[in-house]
Amino acid sequence: MLPIVMPDVPYFPVTPYRLSGAICGALLNHAGSLAALGHAVHEPPYKAAPTGVVLYIKPRNTLLAAGEPARVDAATPELEAGVALGVVIGRTACAVAESRALEHVAGYLVVVDFSAPHGSYFRPQTRLKARDASCALGPAVVPRGDVGDADALGLRLFVDGRLAHEWNTAHQVRSVARLIADVSDFMTLAPGDVLLTGLAPGAPRVGAGAHVAAEIDGLGRIEVRVEPAESSR
Amino acid sequence: MKRARVAYAGALHEAQPADRAGFLRLSDGRVVGEEQVVWLPPVEAGTVIALGLNYAKHARELSFEAQDEPLVFLKGANALIGHRGQTRRPRGVSFMHYECELAVVIGLPAHRVSRDAARAHVAGYTVANDYAVRDHLENWYRPNLRVKNRDGATALGPWLVDADDVPWPPQLALRTFVNGRQVQAGHTRDLVYDIAFLIEYLSAFMTLAPGDVILTGTPEGTVNVDEGDEVVCEIDGIGRLVNTLVGDAIFGR
Repeated sequence: MLPIVMPDVPYFPVTPYRLSGAICGALLNHAGSLAALGHAVHEPPYKAAPTGVVLYIKPRNTLLAAGEPARVDAATPELEAGVALGVVIGRTACAVAESRALEHVAGYLVVVDFSAPHGSYFRPQTRLKARDASCALGPAVVPRGDVGDADALGLRLFVDGRLAHEWNTAHQVRSVARLIADVSDFMTLAPGDVLLTGLAPGAPRVGAGAHVAAEIDGLGRIEVRVEPAESSR
Repeated sequence: MKRARVAYAGALHEAQPADRAGFLRLSDGRVVGEEQVVWLPPVEAGTVIALGLNYAKHARELSFEAQDEPLVFLKGANALIGHRGQTRRPRGVSFMHYECELAVVIGLPAHRVSRDAARAHVAGYTVANDYAVRDHLENWYRPNLRVKNRDGATALGPWLVDADDVPWPPQLALRTFVNGRQVQAGHTRDLVYDIAFLIEYLSAFMTLAPGDVILTGTPEGTVNVDEGDEVVCEIDGIGRLVNTLVGDAIFGR
């Protein structure tokens, strides 16, 4: 049996001091994501580019404790490993204006969002996005005041020590502030919630035995091993 | 046993139906009127898992052709409210509808549980009314959170009814009334994917934990509702969940 873990990041020095465990991510927030789909964006089943913010939830079963491996199995021998900027909410955000949105941010952290590879974004793909042990957070929440412009941070993902993916939050369609405004219009964000600002196209696939490391400018580095699921727990 | 979570006189309480109709007995012994308390969702929900398209309008076979696996989406804590709550209907939308659903509350952790063993993992049941704002439907991770995870737009309650008090599998009629007029009727025997299957399917990739809730989907009969409407979702033996739609103004919008 897999334990249900709370995200294992240390107590951090600004309110709310700890995470709530709720994690929500934005889909297609990198300018290249839609472009990578090409003309398919305008064809069925999509028919048009999204106008509203598109989100997914990483539920509590996905959260990895520090040192715990991500899991692959016979049905899903490879996972896509995406590095994302995690925005930690500090103050309740309900229908906040973009101009005030950053006041609701406690800080930022590094997130590795593991997904079973999928080419279709039509249905929510919960089976592929919400797998056990598929979301790593850490190494610490860095207070907002210690991070420069969150919309200009470099993100890097290494597989077995080699740089496998590199991008910058400057290429996101919605800025951190815009994203908080758009999400909080219908969904109140609570202290300790984490909003992932998005993944970038080109995330590498990793299999059993891979060593994944992710870093974001000024936020540190986390490392995750990928291991086979125990067949009978 | 039926249990509710209510706020009364400055504290949260567990409550049960009192002998007198229309009254609750709090766990500390006080008996209070149903309308004197604030009803909270009857469980402190963990992960909330919802099913789309889980009642076949026509023959079962037709639906299996249309879907090769359950349409599953997730919801956040922001969406949940209790019995007799208010749900905001945003100004300017043309189609917002209720969805009466049987909600299954998990009682034991479930990891790779077979359908034959599923029942033991169910703590109980409650009624859900899971609103959708169809104006915001787009074809990306559809239905997305702007449609289905709005603040206060998933009512749960009034009671958590123990699994032992409900025959397995639950064979229950559902119905919805808007301002007293029946608009929706269905029966859980028509679930495309039944509860045992859903626990097997979900627990194969995500470990379910006590307090997780599965909203099993809604039958046909969803029509637009407006500000001021009272929506009552009812499931035989489980409960009668009341919700009122309110406008933007009281939220300062």
